[in-house]
Amino acid sequence: MKLSSRQTIQAATLLIAASVSGYLFASGGSSGSSFAPLSNANWASECASCHTLYHPALLPERSWRKLMRTLGQHFGEDASVDEATEKEIADFLASNAADRSDHRRARKIAQAIPAGTTPLRSSETAYFIRKHEELSPSIWKRKAIGSKANCIACHADAGQGNFDEHSIRIPR
Amino acid sequence: MHSPTPFSRSAGILTFSLLLAWPAYAETPPQLLRQYEAAARQDESAFQANAARGEAFYRTRQPASTTGKATTACAGCHSPDPRQLGRTRANKQIEPLAPAANPERFTDRAKVEKWFGRNCGDTFGRDCTPAEKADFIAWLANLR
Repeated sequence: MKLSSRQTIQAATLLIAASVSGYLFASGGSSGSSFAPLSNANWASECASCHTLYHPALLPERSWRKLMRTLGQHFGEDASVDEATEKEIADFLASNAADRSDHRRARKIAQAIPAGTTPLRSSETAYFIRKHEELSPSIWKRKAIGSKANCIACHADAGQGNFDEHSIRIPR
Repeated sequence: MHSPTPFSRSAGILTFSLLLAWPAYAETPPQLLRQYEAAARQDESAFQANAARGEAFYRTRQPASTTGKATTACAGCHSPDPRQLGRTRANKQIEPLAPAANPERFTDRAKVEKWFGRNCGDTFGRDCTPAEKADFIAWLANLR
């Protein structure tokens, strides 16, 4: 049997589509560029009073545990909460942390952090640095951005775990 | 033994629905002001809250040496005009502090105490006194 060139293209397209989807399914865990949206009332209100709501998948469990143990001196400010709230938020963060998530991007974040180090800022992790290296230092100083801690300046839905490249809007 | 009359039952339902519909404000700014005034009178029996003192307190700039931090005044983050939006050091917007612009302010004693506790330490390097808190609310709650 002889295939026409059109049939060959169709067959090739089908084969590529099948192998790509096979790869995506076989890679396991959840993929896509956004983390699962999470809801926890105390996390959402306490952790977003002063800054962007940081998704737990941005740091490993050991980082969150340390941050939650030291809220009385939180980057130079007192962010302490009562004991019950502290435990609840810490457990929530831990169970959704980068090293406990099956999300592809979360695993990359966790794997890029050297064992024995406990970063307290997502912006200090190798993954963050690599993903933002094309930005000139002056961009961070723009009034609407101000600092690397201000995720929502460019990633409007950062609190919901959406860091999709297509939804980035860098303010002038 | 008597069963509730239709009137008392409907009154009960009405009260219950009103409670549900009412904003979940536990306190009002004047109530909190009176509570802090009463506490301040434990130390100084003639104490009267004073809005002008409250404003001065809001604008007091602490030298960095007091706290070892850049944060130096309430007005620094909450904006010189507390009816306007403020900004945290992490560049997040703060809703206005004056009840005239933000009716949620000073309506939840636990929340008010939590933030006085944190921010007095960060700004002044110590706890605020009941007298300072009373003055503070006296000024803010009367801004129009």
